[in-house]
Amino acid sequence: MTTSFMILAVLTVAGTAAAMGLRNAVHCVLALALGFAGIAMLYLQLGAQFVGFTQILVYVGAVAILAVFAIMMTHNDKSMALPDSHSAWVAGCIVAVAVFAVLARAIVSSSASAQTQPPQPAATVQQIGNALMHRFVMPLEIMGLLLTAALIGAVVIAMDRREEMK
Amino acid sequence: MTHLALMTQHLDQIFVLTSHWLLSYLPIALQPLCSAILSVAAIIIAFATLFALTTLLERKGLGRMQNRYGPNRVGPCGLFQPLADGVKSLTKEDIVPIRADRAVHFMAPVLLVAASFMGYAVLPIGRNMVMVDMNAGVLFFFAIGSLMELAVFMAGWSSRSKYSLLGAMRAIAQMISYEVPLVLASVVVLMQAGSLSTVAIVNMQATYSGIWPHWFVFTPWGFAGFALFMIAATAESNRSPFDLPEGESEIIAGYYTEYSGFKFALFFLGEYIGMFATSGMAITLFLGGWSAPFSFLTWIPSYFWFFAKLLTIISVFIWIRGTLPRLRMDQLMNLAWQFMLPMTLLNLLTTGIWHFMLPGFLRWIVCSTMVIVPCILLGSGLKYKKKFQIRTYHFSQ
Amino acid sequence: MVGEGILKGLAETARNFFGSYVSKDRLTTVQYPEQREPQIEATRDFPFLVYDGADWQQGMRCVACQICEKECPPKCIFIEKSKDKKPDAFGKMQIYPATFNIDISVCMSCQICVEVCPFDAIKMDVEYHQSSDDRFGALLLNKQRLSKSNEYYNAIHPTEASAVDAQRAEELAKLEAKAKAAAEVKAAAEAKAAADANPALNASPQQPAGDPQ
Repeated sequence: MTTSFMILAVLTVAGTAAAMGLRNAVHCVLALALGFAGIAMLYLQLGAQFVGFTQILVYVGAVAILAVFAIMMTHNDKSMALPDSHSAWVAGCIVAVAVFAVLARAIVSSSASAQTQPPQPAATVQQIGNALMHRFVMPLEIMGLLLTAALIGAVVIAMDRREEMK
Repeated sequence: MTHLALMTQHLDQIFVLTSHWLLSYLPIALQPLCSAILSVAAIIIAFATLFALTTLLERKGLGRMQNRYGPNRVGPCGLFQPLADGVKSLTKEDIVPIRADRAVHFMAPVLLVAASFMGYAVLPIGRNMVMVDMNAGVLFFFAIGSLMELAVFMAGWSSRSKYSLLGAMRAIAQMISYEVPLVLASVVVLMQAGSLSTVAIVNMQATYSGIWPHWFVFTPWGFAGFALFMIAATAESNRSPFDLPEGESEIIAGYYTEYSGFKFALFFLGEYIGMFATSGMAITLFLGGWSAPFSFLTWIPSYFWFFAKLLTIISVFIWIRGTLPRLRMDQLMNLAWQFMLPMTLLNLLTTGIWHFMLPGFLRWIVCSTMVIVPCILLGSGLKYKKKFQIRTYHFSQ
Repeated sequence: MVGEGILKGLAETARNFFGSYVSKDRLTTVQYPEQREPQIEATRDFPFLVYDGADWQQGMRCVACQICEKECPPKCIFIEKSKDKKPDAFGKMQIYPATFNIDISVCMSCQICVEVCPFDAIKMDVEYHQSSDDRFGALLLNKQRLSKSNEYYNAIHPTEASAVDAQRAEELAKLEAKAKAAAEVKAAAEAKAAADANPALNASPQQPAGDPQ
């Protein structure tokens, strides 16, 4: 529990808590982005550069923007009001507790938490690359294919619409 | 001879040595912190000065391209114009719209400038002159670049103005669209260099065969990658001809319509600093970073070469801005998805083939054909596919 | 060829860029406070009042007829008539404006006041350096600030002014000729009257033939 960990932890928790508590949906997303950034910095603090930067790139740069767009596209005053109904709160709490329980159980039972002093992680990009290219080459290829197909599909859809318009 | 060599070496490392000398007076515990502060201060001062210089250069250059003088009143030949601009923007009233979201409105320019400055952490400005040599440096650069979109959104949304919001929407759509070709264009270098570290990439290019350097731009895939990267970088930094987000004729000033005084200046600064950072990344990836263009010029300090290349790229940016008109939104998107994206994907393939073919003349011919022919076909295909017709608007009917 | 147009455009701007350093006639900008473009003769901005001779109060052509005040579309002219009279340029006793103000922050430089003036008393100026730090006072021109000599008018609009001068000289000459004729008729009549004092009762109701009114 170093000082920097404490600062980052407070930042992350504050960000995510604000994301739940704020009344304005766009503020919530911005607070969530802060939480994401806090988590990214926690990764960096643990020496996982690749994961940390990917977290920023994907979550802060893409997911937060996507969320913001989604909010603005569906924005109206009715949907902005927070659910006040009792049952929604109860359901939310049950889901949260369940997720927390699963995660806590997984962490406690995993071998990583057994070590009191974790070894200095040295997962360089080189190592990640090697792992991806040797051990996990098949999943990587499949995912790459999927993403490329999605990319080309998006372009084709965009082109198709132009044809229809003519 | 050795004396001369030592002197040039010292000149090359003068900033590094000065920093070490200054830090040696401090207690060991404080040294890392002070070293960081020193480098940050140096980068901020250097690039803020470059920003001031560029605004002047841009106004002068654009003026000359339009047969005007440009600013020539403040100081000799208008040299102190940036100073006057700074004083002006500092003394202007800071107006915040009454319905604006004050906190977000305030944070947007701060985040933008902070994000645009953070990219410099991994740019090797000279030999041994990089703030942090991360082994995921390039990734860091693009991750930080994506923060700017958030800042732009904050600015556009918090102003509560239709022009700001439209400008922010355009900017984000454009930045996300062009981030794909930007990253894909730089991936070719990562493939060839086998490293995400900017320092390693530059070191790889800073070797010579004969007098010629091994810059990646001097290969077919490197040249194509550089061209695509620069087009995407122009769009990414919202510069003309891709300056729709601030299209004055349509949406006043885009996402910073509702900013005034120093906050406006901060946006301006952030935009230029971002442009320098992306240009610096292009230099690092394709133009050999701080390395000299010929082996017999290596005695000139490395940082000189970096800034010389940067200024050249800036001049080209200004030249382009003085020449091309603004694109329309659909043209912008078509360029990104129908030309840039296929070309970058093809360039990836070309790089792979280059990597696995034996060095020689054949490799050059095959790879050049693989880049040039699709470029021409795609370009003319897109050109001739266009039929002039009555424009129909999708959403207004 | 793809990108050909872009290259042509770049060549054009490069030509402009370097050309502006080589040939000075590319740069048409006039460096304003130091250099001035010569004004064309028909330049006009705001009205002024013309006076003849050296004294602006004596020579004032304006007779406070108030036509310009009535015609002025934005109503920027304010005139107050005097109680007494002074001789005008033709020697006739006329009233004159006690106050004559033009608010040039309202004036739209339409020149209608000049068109309607029957006395050639108001003309258009060319002086455009009217900026001031006093928003109301400095832009409300009073009689003294409006008065400018006929020489000044001749200097700024030579053609127009010489035409006006010629016309006025002609009128003056006509008047003088008439006065002279009248004087001659009067003198003849007096002589006649003196010659035949007796039949004076017959001649007196008849007016002299050359009487102007």
